Amino acid sequence: MSEAKLLEVEDLRVTFRTPHGPVEAVRGVSFALGRERLGIVGESGSGKSQTGRALLRLSARNGRVSAKKMVFDGIDLTNASERTMRRIRGARISMIMQDPRYSLNPVVKVGDQIAEAYRIHTGASARKARDRAMEMLETVRIREAGKVYDLYPHQVSGGMGQRVMIAMMLIPEPDVLIADEPTSALDVTVQMQVLALLDDMVRERGMGLVLISHDLNLVASFCDRVMVMYGGRVMEVLEAGRLHEAQHPYTRGLLNCLPSLEHPQDMLPVLTRDAGWLEEAR
Amino acid sequence: MIEVENLTVEFGRGAATVRAVRGVSFTVAQGESYGLVGESGSGKSTVLRAIARINPEFGGAIRVHGTPLTSKRSRDEARRMQMVFQDPYGALHPRHTVDAILREPLEIHRVGDKDRRIKAALSDVGLGPEFRFRYPHQISGGQRQRIAVARALILEPEILLLDEPTSALDVSVQAEVLNLLKRLQRERGLTYLMVSHNLAVVAHICERVAVMNRGRVVEELTASTLRGGEPAEAYTRQLVSATEGYDREAVRGYVTYE
Repeated sequence: MSEAKLLEVEDLRVTFRTPHGPVEAVRGVSFALGRERLGIVGESGSGKSQTGRALLRLSARNGRVSAKKMVFDGIDLTNASERTMRRIRGARISMIMQDPRYSLNPVVKVGDQIAEAYRIHTGASARKARDRAMEMLETVRIREAGKVYDLYPHQVSGGMGQRVMIAMMLIPEPDVLIADEPTSALDVTVQMQVLALLDDMVRERGMGLVLISHDLNLVASFCDRVMVMYGGRVMEVLEAGRLHEAQHPYTRGLLNCLPSLEHPQDMLPVLTRDAGWLEEAR
Repeated sequence: MIEVENLTVEFGRGAATVRAVRGVSFTVAQGESYGLVGESGSGKSTVLRAIARINPEFGGAIRVHGTPLTSKRSRDEARRMQMVFQDPYGALHPRHTVDAILREPLEIHRVGDKDRRIKAALSDVGLGPEFRFRYPHQISGGQRQRIAVARALILEPEILLLDEPTSALDVSVQAEVLNLLKRLQRERGLTYLMVSHNLAVVAHICERVAVMNRGRVVEELTASTLRGGEPAEAYTRQLVSATEGYDREAVRGYVTYE
């Protein structure tokens, strides 16, 4: 962990207006991110994705975001103008979504989409952008980058589409990358290869990475620190290597209910939830 | 119970032919759980869909109870063999109540005593009678998958074909559904054929496992060999390594197997 904090969040709340009354998706989340790999894990509805989206002000329209503090590199994100946010999004804080099929433009060649990301953020010439995009395709280990550059999204596999997404998000060299289940749709071996790429970016460029995932073991083996969320609240924050020493009953419950190759058990322990976990310590 | 011999499945024709399954053979004994694992495109689900005749065209032979399956499935076969799908949201009719969903197979097969059977099917999968008149959108994903299991079991089949039955579920819900499947198998001596990309899930449920890649069975092994970490094939070892989590050094050495 580095002493310089890229991102500091205190008491983040996201509330959605719905016909059935307000729904609190994130309820008082605080954390700081350095030049490290921070994992956010939780089950569906835990608020992990909404936390990531709120940072970039990408919450749905019926959502209201508030925080005591949300600072990125000295910029107050709670009061930043839309103009400032546009300068930050993509260029300085970037986000990778789960499914490349919905995030890529279906009628633009994948290479041109990567080049466009570079041109918008740097104002480089078309030719320069094309060269950089080609380099980037090689960086994300796509063989025959020249050939892939001219393909449309429907012509590439899921794993390749996800690498294209990653190339597009990394080409402006952001300081922080928020990856929301970037590998869940991929095969395990491809999943590991994509993570290795993100790993390189953190090591080589000192990028800060927030990896949002439902996969506890994956996050524990990949990240430096893990934040466990449930019902919009942080249950605990752990050193990833010590996840198996977790104290919180929710984390323990999640770990125990996973079938494991190494520790076979006849029946899996079922997670019992405690309403007290959702109470706020005020 | 199930014998699959040199099964082939092809899609498309001419130069565009995709050989999804290329000569797969295995047998599953009565009361056994057999797993098919592999990555996407390995043909594991296609094998299952051929057995269920969702893909009616196949080459080679599939025998259940010694009787060869033809491309058209008979009502009697359907009663003996049922399937549970990956996506419980897509598998249940959104405008049918749980009661209607469970009643339909009974009506098709002209089974009497419907109300008693519906109530029993719900309690077998651990759901109370209050679920009976709800719609799928009114219940959670795990509860929907329980309904899908209840529907598959209501005709008292001998064989259950399970296509990634827990991969759309949260881990805590996955544990509940896996426990349910294990308990039901013990109580009723069911034969399971389960497809999954998750080695730990397959090893948890199944005694024997076939590892598939590109339409072929790479190797067949017991769950304990899989656990012991000494599979014979390099492909399987790589798959096991990837399943165990991120290891920077191991990833560098990954090979693409054709």
